[in-house]
Order: sequence, then C-alpha cells, then structure tokens
Amino acid sequence: MSDGARPAEATVVPPGAIIGPGQTFGSVTDKISSAVLDRVPRGWWIGFGIGLSLLMVFFTALGMLFTYGTGVWGIMIPVGWGLDIINFVWWIGIGHAGTLISAILLLFRQRWRTSINRFAEAMTLFAVACAGLYPILHLGRPWLAYWLVPYPNTMGMWPNFRSPLVWDVFAVSTYATVSLLFWYVGLIPDLATLRDRSKNILGKKIYGIFAMGWRGSASHWHRYETATLLLAGLSTPLVVSVHTIVSFDFAVSVIPGWHATIFPPYFVAGAIFSGFAMVATIAIPLRAAYGLENFITLKHLDNMARVMLATGLIVAYGYMMEAFFAFYSANLFERSMMHLRFTGPYAWSYWLLILCNVLIPQLLWFKRVRTNTIGLFLVSIVINIGMWLERFVIVVTSLATDFLPSSWGIYTPTIWDWSTYIGSFGLFLTLLFLFIRFLPMISIFEMRTLVPEAEVEGGEEHS
Amino acid sequence: MRELDLEPIRERLAGRTGPDYWRSLEELAGSEELEAFLHAEFPSAVEEGIDRRVFLKLMGASLALAGLGACTRQPSERIVPAVHWPEETPGKALYFATAMPLHGYATGLLVESHEGRPTKVEGNPDHPASLGATDAFAQASVLTMYDPDRAQVIRRVNEIVGWDRFVESFGRVLDGAQANGGAGVRVLSGTVTSPTLAAQLAALRERFPSARWHQWEPVNRDTAHAGAVLAYGEPVDLVHHLDRADVILSLDADFLGSGADRLRHTRELVSRRRPKGHTIDPSRLYVAESGWTITGSVADDRLPLQAGRTFALARAIASRVGVSVGANDDAASLSPAASAWIDAVAADLAAHRGSSVVIAGDGQPAAVHALACAMNEVLGNVGKTVDTIEPVAADPSSQLESIQSLVADMRAGSVEVLVVLETNPVYDAPADLDFAGALGGVRHRVAVSLYDDETARLCHWHVPSAHFLESWSDARSGDGTVTIVQPLIAPLYGGRTRHEILSVMLGKAQQTSYQAVREHWQGRLGSVDFEKRWEKALHDGVVPDTRAAARPVSLQANLASILPAPPASAEGLEVVFRPHPTVDDGQFANNGWLQECPEPLTKLTWDNAVLLAPETASALGVENGDVVTLELAGRSVRGAVWLVPGHAASSATAHLGYGRTRAGRVGDGRGFDAYQLRTTEGLGFAPGLVLKATGDHQLLSCTQHHGTLHGRHIVRSATVEEFRRDPEFAQHVEHEPALDDTLYPNYPYDGQAWGMAIDTGACVGCNACIVACQAENNIPVVGADQVARGREMQWIRIDRYWTGEPEEPEVHYQPMLCQHCERAPCEVVCPVNATVHDSEGLNLMVYNRCVGTRYCSNNCPYKVRRFNFYLYADWNTESLKLQRNPDVTVRSRGVMEKCTYCIQRINEARNQARKENRPVRDGEIRTACQQVCPAEAIVFGDINDPESQVAKAKADPRNYSVLAELNTRPRTTYLASVRNPNPELAPKTKGGGKKGHGGHA
Repeated sequence: MSDGARPAEATVVPPGAIIGPGQTFGSVTDKISSAVLDRVPRGWWIGFGIGLSLLMVFFTALGMLFTYGTGVWGIMIPVGWGLDIINFVWWIGIGHAGTLISAILLLFRQRWRTSINRFAEAMTLFAVACAGLYPILHLGRPWLAYWLVPYPNTMGMWPNFRSPLVWDVFAVSTYATVSLLFWYVGLIPDLATLRDRSKNILGKKIYGIFAMGWRGSASHWHRYETATLLLAGLSTPLVVSVHTIVSFDFAVSVIPGWHATIFPPYFVAGAIFSGFAMVATIAIPLRAAYGLENFITLKHLDNMARVMLATGLIVAYGYMMEAFFAFYSANLFERSMMHLRFTGPYAWSYWLLILCNVLIPQLLWFKRVRTNTIGLFLVSIVINIGMWLERFVIVVTSLATDFLPSSWGIYTPTIWDWSTYIGSFGLFLTLLFLFIRFLPMISIFEMRTLVPEAEVEGGEEHS
Repeated sequence: MRELDLEPIRERLAGRTGPDYWRSLEELAGSEELEAFLHAEFPSAVEEGIDRRVFLKLMGASLALAGLGACTRQPSERIVPAVHWPEETPGKALYFATAMPLHGYATGLLVESHEGRPTKVEGNPDHPASLGATDAFAQASVLTMYDPDRAQVIRRVNEIVGWDRFVESFGRVLDGAQANGGAGVRVLSGTVTSPTLAAQLAALRERFPSARWHQWEPVNRDTAHAGAVLAYGEPVDLVHHLDRADVILSLDADFLGSGADRLRHTRELVSRRRPKGHTIDPSRLYVAESGWTITGSVADDRLPLQAGRTFALARAIASRVGVSVGANDDAASLSPAASAWIDAVAADLAAHRGSSVVIAGDGQPAAVHALACAMNEVLGNVGKTVDTIEPVAADPSSQLESIQSLVADMRAGSVEVLVVLETNPVYDAPADLDFAGALGGVRHRVAVSLYDDETARLCHWHVPSAHFLESWSDARSGDGTVTIVQPLIAPLYGGRTRHEILSVMLGKAQQTSYQAVREHWQGRLGSVDFEKRWEKALHDGVVPDTRAAARPVSLQANLASILPAPPASAEGLEVVFRPHPTVDDGQFANNGWLQECPEPLTKLTWDNAVLLAPETASALGVENGDVVTLELAGRSVRGAVWLVPGHAASSATAHLGYGRTRAGRVGDGRGFDAYQLRTTEGLGFAPGLVLKATGDHQLLSCTQHHGTLHGRHIVRSATVEEFRRDPEFAQHVEHEPALDDTLYPNYPYDGQAWGMAIDTGACVGCNACIVACQAENNIPVVGADQVARGREMQWIRIDRYWTGEPEEPEVHYQPMLCQHCERAPCEVVCPVNATVHDSEGLNLMVYNRCVGTRYCSNNCPYKVRRFNFYLYADWNTESLKLQRNPDVTVRSRGVMEKCTYCIQRINEARNQARKENRPVRDGEIRTACQQVCPAEAIVFGDINDPESQVAKAKADPRNYSVLAELNTRPRTTYLASVRNPNPELAPKTKGGGKKGHGGHA
C-alpha cells in the first residue's frame, strides 16, 4: 500500500510478542478501522477486480453447466466424481482453520489467536460458501437439490438417512450456520465502533443496524461473553465432525482406496493442515499490504507453522498407514489400488502429493523458515496444492481402477472443470475483498485487550 | 362465393371402410383432386373472407386430413399375427412372423408391434436359421427402418418426382429397349434367394430375352460354390451340423459370426460345451485364422496363421487324414508351432471319422473349400455332420465374374439401362473395376436403395426402397426354408420393393408386391385351401416343405490334379478383408446402435482400424491410434492402427464397411474404406501390403481399455480334465461371507425372487444381447466422442479378457450387467432413495426421483450403471419416437440408469398371470438379452422355485458370483467355462479356476 496507510512509527516487533510495542487502545482502533473507513487504496481495487473477473469465469462455467449438463466436465463411468467433489472437500477443509482458531483456541485461552481470528473466521465462511456450492452443482439435476433435505412433502418421501450425502447436508449446513453466527456475534462490538466512527450517513445506518444497538455496557459485555463461549462450545465439535462426515462419503463406500477406517482422523488433520496453510497464504500478503506487522507478528506465523507441521505429520502418517493397510490386509484389490497409485496412470499426482504434503513441510522444523515470511508463504502455497492433490488422488485414482479391470477408465478434467474450480476462487476473493473493505479484518476490541493499557486493568473482562 | 367442391374426394373415398379408408386418404394426399381442392379453396377462402358455412366445411375437411400425419399406418393388406390374444387390446403388443434377409439369406423373426409400430425384433423359434434367437443386425433393423436419413423421395437427377412419373418415364425407356430384345437392359442385385424375385427375374427374360441379370454382393459365397464345383463338379450348398461333431476344424471360417447359419451354428456348438451337472461330453473346436473372429475367440485351440498360408495348412492336414493331394508336405513351409498343430489336428480328425467336420471360410480361395469338402468326404462326415443340398441362391454362379462382365459391358457402351437393386457397387465393388467410372457410360441408370447412397448419387433415378419390415417379399434361409416376408407397417417413406420395380419392368406397374408374392405362392401352394395355407405360412413364419432338397454328390476322383497350387508364400505383410462384425459390409453404417456396439475383440466403436499383432506393430514402429498409409498394388488408403494380441504376425485385418461417404449422418466419414484396396485379385486377402506411419494420430473410441485380469478371479475357467477332477472348481475360490454374518435380519424373499445365471462357457461374444437391450429399453446412442470419454450407455456390456500367453491368448467373455445385488452398495449411498430394492429382489432405479449424484455408480463394484451426462435421448426426431418401447421410460439429462432385468416384461407377465389367477410360469418372462441369445447363455427366472431353469443353473457346480467376497450377494451369477484344448498342444500351463489367470499386458 503506497497511499499512507502504513504507519510511520513501525518498529521492530520483539520476537515472541503477539502485538507490536507502543500500541494503545486508540492506535489499535485507528489502525484497524482505517482500512474500512478511509479512502480505498488502489491495491484493493486491483485485488477486488481480479476476484470479480474470476467470479465472471465462475458464472460462465455455471452457465455452460446448467445449459448442457454435467457432461461439460470430464467425469465419466467409472470416475463419476471429479474436480467437483475434489474442490468441495478442498474448500471445506480450508474452512476448518477458522473454526479451530476461533473456537478451540478461544476455549484454550490462546491469546495469540486474536489477531488472526477475525479473518480466519471470514475465510471459513467464504470457503464454506464455495464448498457448499459444489454438492449442488455436481448434481445431474441441480434444481432438485432440495430433495436431499428432509422436509414434509406430498411425495411422502424422506431422504435416505443411510447415505453419507445426506449426512453431508446436515454437517455442512450446520457448519455454515454456526460459523456465520459465531462470526457475526464476534463482529458486533466492532460494528458498533464502525458505527460510531463512520462519517458516512449510510455507513452509520448500516453499521448501526448490524450493531444491534451495542453500547458496550457491562451487561452487553456479559451477554456477549456468554454467547461467544456457548458458540465456541458449539463450534468445537464441528471442527472434528464436519470433515469426519465428509470423509464418510468415501469411507462408507466399498471402493478400494475409499473404504478405510483411518479416514476420519486423517481427513480432520488434513483439513486443519490445509486451513492453516490458507490462513498463512492470506495473512502474509495482507499483513504486508496493510502494514499489520504489529498485529500479525512473527510469533503468529511461527505458531501457525507449528500447527501445520504437526498436522502435516499426522497426514503423512495417514499416507503411510494407507499403504501399510493395503499391504497388511493382503487384499488383492487394496494392494492393486495402492500399486497403481504408485505406478499407474496417475502416479504423478501421488508423488507430487508426497512432495507437497510430506517432504516440503519438513522445512517447517527450521525456525528460520517458520519466521521467514516469504519462505512460509511459499510452503503454505505448496501445502494448499498438496492438499488439493490429496483429494485428487483419493477421489480419482480410487475410482479409475477399482474391481473389474474391464471398466477401468481415465478421467481427464476439461476446461469447464478447471474454470469451475478457478472460478470459485473468484467467489472466494470477491467475498474476501468485500470483507476487508467493509468490515474490520482484525478484531478491534479483542486486540485492545492485548495492549499494555488492558494489562493494567487486568485482563479481557473489562476492555 | 364459390361452392366448396368435395365431390371428387367423396367419390374416391366411397365404399372404403376401416383401415382401407385411411389408406385411401393417404393416396389421396398426393392426388390431383386434393391438390386442386387445396389450391382452389384455401387461398380464395382467405381472400374472399370466410362465412360460417364455408368455415365449417373447411374444418370438416381438415379434420379428415388430420389423420394423415398423426398416426402410423398398418399395411392395407391383411397381415397375420403370430400370437393371437383373445382380442386386440390397445397397449398390448402383437407379434408378426417375418424374415430379415442378409446377403440374401433369411433369418426368421417375430416382430413386436405396438399399435402398428414395429418396435422390437425377436427370433422365430420355428425358423431353422433363427431357432428363436437373432443377431445384432436383426435387432438393429428396427432402427434402420425408422432412420430419418433414409431416402424419402423418388429423385430424378435433382428433381423430386412422383411414382407415377417414374413408372411412366421408366416404362417409356423400357418400351424403347424392347426393340432389340432388351440387349442393353441390365439388372444388378445382391444375392437373390427370394423365389418371387427369382420368378420375376425369369419373367423379365421372357420380355427382354437379351437382358441380363447380374449379381454382386461384396460378401458373397463365390469361393464356397467354386470349391464345391472343384470338389463335386456342381455348386452344392453345405449344411454343417456342429452338434453331431466331436472335432470341428475351421479353416479361417467365422461360422458363428457370419454366414446364413450363424445362429444355428452357435446353438449347436454350445450345446456340446455345456456340462450336465458333473459330466461333460465336449466337442473340440480348432480354428486357424489370421485375425480374431468370434469363432476363433471361443476355439479350444486356435492357431494364428496368415490367411495366405491357410491353403498350405489345409493341404497338409488333408494329406494327413488321407486325402490324396499329390503334393509335397506343406507343413515344412509353416512354422514349427503350425506343424505341431497340423499333426495334432490331423490325428484328432482321423480319430473321429464320421463325427468331425471341416469348414472353410468364405474369404479363402475355392481350393481350400475343395480341400474341406475332400476331408469331410474322406473322414466319412458327409451325411453325418455335413449335408450337401441344392444351392439355395437362385443363381449360385460367380458374382465376381458377373460384375466383371457387367463392367466390361458398361465400358463397351453396350449397357443402355442399368437397374441397381438394393446393392451399392460404387462403394463396394472391387476397386480395380472402377465401377463408378464405368457407370458414366450407361444411358439410363436407376438405383433402388434405402439410402441415397454412393451408387444412387451417380444414377439418374433413385427410388427409395422399402425396408424389409415394410415389405411383402419372401426369402430362403441357409437350408432353403422359405419365409414369407410380411410388412409390419406401410412404407414410412414411400419406399418400393424390388418386386414392384420388377413389376414395372415387366410392364405390370399396377401389380403390388403383395400381389406379386401372393401370385407366386398361389402357383406353388396350389389353389386348394390356398387361403388357409397362406395364412398359416404368414402365421408360422415358415412355408412348410420348402427346405432345399438333399443333393447327393461324390468327390471328383481327379481332385489332386485339378487343385490349383497354393500361392507362392509371399514374405511380408498381407491384408485380410472381413465384413465388420457390427456394420457388416457397410449396409448398417448409418445405424447408431450398431456403430456404438463394440467390435467383439477390440471393443472399438464407431471406427474400424488396421488390426495388427503387437509384434508386427512394434516391428513397424506403430502404436494404437497411429494413422498409417496402407498401400497395395498402387492403391492406398489411410487408417488408424489397433494392436490385438493373438493376431497372426505379418498380417493386417481391415474390416470392410467403413469410410462411407453417403451413408447418412451417422455413418459418413467414420473409419477408413478398405474396399479401396480390395481388388478382383484378392477379395479375401492379398499379399504385398506396405504399411507406412504418417505421424498422425487418431482417437479411437474403445469401450474396454484393460483386458487382463490382474490376478483377479473374475472369469473362471477350466480344461475338461480339470473339470472332471473337480467340477466345483469355480467355487470357494474367494471367501464369500455367510448369509447370516450380519447384525440385521435378512430380508425374507417369500414370493418370487428374480435371478439370472449366465453361462460364460456358452457366450460367444456375438453382441446380440447388447443391441437387443438397447432396442428393448430405449437406450440412447451417445456418439464416438462420448464413448471415447467413457460415457457409453449400453446396459449390458460384454467384458473381454485375455489370458495365457500374449502371442496366443485365450479369450473369455463375460456379459456384465446390473447384478441386482441383494446387498446393493448403490442403494445405501443414494441420498434420495432413487435406487431401492423391491420385495422380489430387484434393484430398482426410480428415474424421476434421481437427482444425479452419481454416488451409486461410484459405489458399484461392477460399474454397470450408466449416467445421462447430457440429454442423450433424442427427443426431437419424430420417426425415432415411433421406434421406442412404450413400456419403458425415455430418460432425461442428469439421471442414472441401468439394467432392470426388463422389469416391463416381468410386470406384463405378472399382470397376465394375475388375470388368469395363476403364478407366473417358469420361462414366461424372458429378458431381452436372454431371448435374443443364440447360445442360450442367459437364464432368468424365479430362484425360489427349485424347478425353475435359473434355480437349476445356480445349482450347477460351475456357478459362482463375481466379487462375492464383497458380500454384495448378486442375483446374477455366472457359470464358469470349460474348455477342451488338445493336451498335445498345451505344454504351457493353462490357468485353472483355483489358481486364477496370470495377467499379461
């Protein structure tokens, strides 16, 4: 950002600190709210423009899809799911970091989470929005998607409660609802701040409506704290349950490479792995662009890198176990599937996955890498790619070569597969940039609890 | 205000009732009166304003006319259904016996008709060439009939004219030709077995003594007849009885896949291969062939051999079984493997005198046929496994000579009038004759054909011909039995039969084909009780006592001296021409069902390819899909290569029937035209092929990319010895969980429980079931591009697996369709309950509930579900709508579908049984695939009834379930195959059931 948002007094943040020195209530509020209330920097327009362009790509791809049918994609028999479901799992996995940060870390009183909490939650929400579209888009007859929801109807039909796809409907919709509520509730005090600081009449009105009359009274704060805690409690199981259920889409089936009991923990770890990678991918450039080094410190990046390393190791263990189970089960189909993953037509994707998700993340053992913004950024990008490849390997290679060799077939994504994927970044980025523009990307009131003034008054309760 | 004048129309309609009335309206539609009426009345009415009276009159007239476009028409003559219901009920199908002529020879059919629309073809059990079964061609014939690309108008150069005008103009030309006895009048037809047509052609001679009738059929029986002449001195036809043979030797003969008796041969061959419980009395089939045919694919011992060396092989075997061929030992000129084969086969034949049979292929020269005749004679097979009969074709003389002389005359300018009857010589005549070039010299050229094809384009007149389902005619089967061909529907596109054209030529333009056929048979059946006999013939689909008479013959004593020498064994590549297994000689090129039906061995659809052995291809440096130039004696054509294990080395198979330019929208531009290389010198095969890579690549649409078993026990087979040692060899190969290994109670199937058993030992891979299923279940055609993407829609496929050595692999077919698992993996995962189980064990697909998640297909271990990725069904073409089975839903975009066990047939039988207050009888329900199967490989019925055929089949020791270890409990089970290879020829270990098969790439 060249146009004056960068503070002149930027100082070196001591290692290990989660907020830069010399910050006061006022400076925190000024700094964060300025991104919303001041003139829009040119960089925002560029980013928003990119997002919007990609969104147009998305709409074009959907136009093709709705006009001609799922045949525009490369899916076929035997590979009935392709990029549609890969992207679904990938996006929903990314969302998990936000929930983990806002709920579990809150419950564990990890105060460093404060500065990344807000936009991680926003990221969750937007990732779930992207993810949630795919199960609808992937249907042969998407206009009947509501049949998956149990509602009283003249057909006298329930959905099939044995199907993991129905569980998905509950899991994802619950997740989206709770995430939205949590995010919104967390925003209320800051919306009040924006209402109070906005010089624009319309802004005042709109922020005012959404601030729901927040005045910062003690009773408000009391109820706010209770609600947050309750929502955090509600969200916590979701971190585990959503991806567990998504993994059931595969684990419940009979297909070698899908039918695996290790899937739930391995999927959850993978989700957190990719989620933190995405948070880092977004936080690092954002921090540089808006000059937020004082709020998102190297300590934050270091912590996130540690989480990535830990979950990455769990994921690597999952890969190992998959191979081991195939060997140890002595099941012909499992062994053959694993053998074909290693050497078959899609072997490139498997080895690339191992490179991205197992080998390269080992760099995070080194503090030099963890605290090097460019290095961490690159590693996090690699992990994002690796996690996408993981879903590709699971979805495609398992289906392509299952039981009867006579029906084996190769899935090749078409341009419309790719544009539906790339286009979903458009949706994500557009929402993200709108969020940055209109809402405080870092929680103002929570950041205020971190400054020395708050320490004097003795903690979070009376900010 | 002028009075509306309906009088002339009323007059024409007077005295007609019922269907006749409608027919008259049809005729009226083209009449001058009507035209005058329309022209005179409608515009003027608009100009002058319509008063109420006139308006009502007009309304009345247009209502009367509305009937014209709205419905299909039964033929006006009386046709006789084969099955009488107590009364004709709308919605209830009727069946009519008729016959499909292919290369002249008839297959008897029963055709299902819904309110006057033929929708489905079945075999006629009373017909000797059908025995109740049909082939893929017959199944697809309904689609050809409704093909919107068929010619629909009579064309004179580029002008559309009426039949009357044609009759008049053509009549004038013929009258002019009468002066010199019709010396310039020529008729060119395919092989004619129709007694009526033969009689008409004979009558033509009377009118035009100097006129000539030529025959050309690209896939003809010239060499067989010439071989019979060599061996016996006259062109007798041979009838082989494979059920009586213990040892069968095929010299490049595809007697299961082509020829008039293919269906009977299949039935007879398979009858000997089927073990009865624990015992088996198998025959042994030896096949020497260059490229794969389905006959070779089910051989017990197959020798891949260049077609050009078959003569040497035949002579070597002949000399060993005692035919005096007066030659040195040919075995020396063949490979050691071939020599061993010769010795083993000869010994086996010699050990089975009177119970063996040798059959030569139509692509082989006359000498090979003569050797086969001689071997049968010496082995004492004649009269036992081989009968000699009077030739069935009206004129068995050489068609090659016939067309050669025609072309010579055309070039000499002595042909004034050429009538081409339902044959396409511009496309399929030998390339060196340059038929198209010679055609320019003919003054009046008339083509009669279903399509405005390559030949029709170069003719002055084109008359669309009537499809056999629209025609009155007659035709003979391989054994001579006559069937009266009766129409199911009046010609959809105004087509005319060959008989009508001949009637015109005979100056009897008013004679319909019905009259022509009836008159002929009146003469033959006699006038006493004619009506009754006629109706019985129509009802039965066969005319009694019309089998060709036996023709006792004796072997020429001097055979050894008149036998031509084998061709000098040429080194290098040879090219072998065969009719394509699905589009035949090209006549079915515009049939989407046949185009999309996979070639049995390569599983290629929509295109033919240059088939090569992998070692030949690697020597030439080409791979699958590489486009090569085939050069033969100065002619060349480009085609894509496909590698086939087990193909003879240094031999290339080029299937005929592709590379059409005027087949229609479906067939144009697919594949390459092998006729361009096929000359009078080598109709069957030719040496000296030069094959050059072009560097181009073509995407071929293949439905099965992996043909090896990867160590899986999907198909199971044993040799006869292994079977005798352990008849239950196919069982307990995999662990099948016990029925009560479950937390939930098993569903009790108390009533009927439908199940199927498929005998893989019987399946010969003929593809009839695939097309039958497509016709019965309204399965759409998706096109080459979609097949290449893996989106073919056929509900039943035939998996083809290679086992054994890559040079001489064994082939195993496995028809694969929905297994109707009792614990179906597809059902649990469907989120909307669109696929569910019924109380009789059927796995149902509820199309209108399906939202298209494709999860069911993903979770199907057999991958038998098919998804409408696009709107594949044709919802717009009117004529194709008529073809559809009204009992089966036409599926829309985004919906999953799959085999239903022909639930519409189950429902129909159940309803019938309920009405009659009885249980459904065993055998009353036959699925489409079961009914069509010439090998009777598929059995369907109630598995709860221990007396049912299917329950007995499932009690067979060979019975096993595919992927039983997954605990899917499929209702479709398979019977393992038992093969009978000669132990002398099997030093290599054949994969036994228990051990499974080794996989080879």
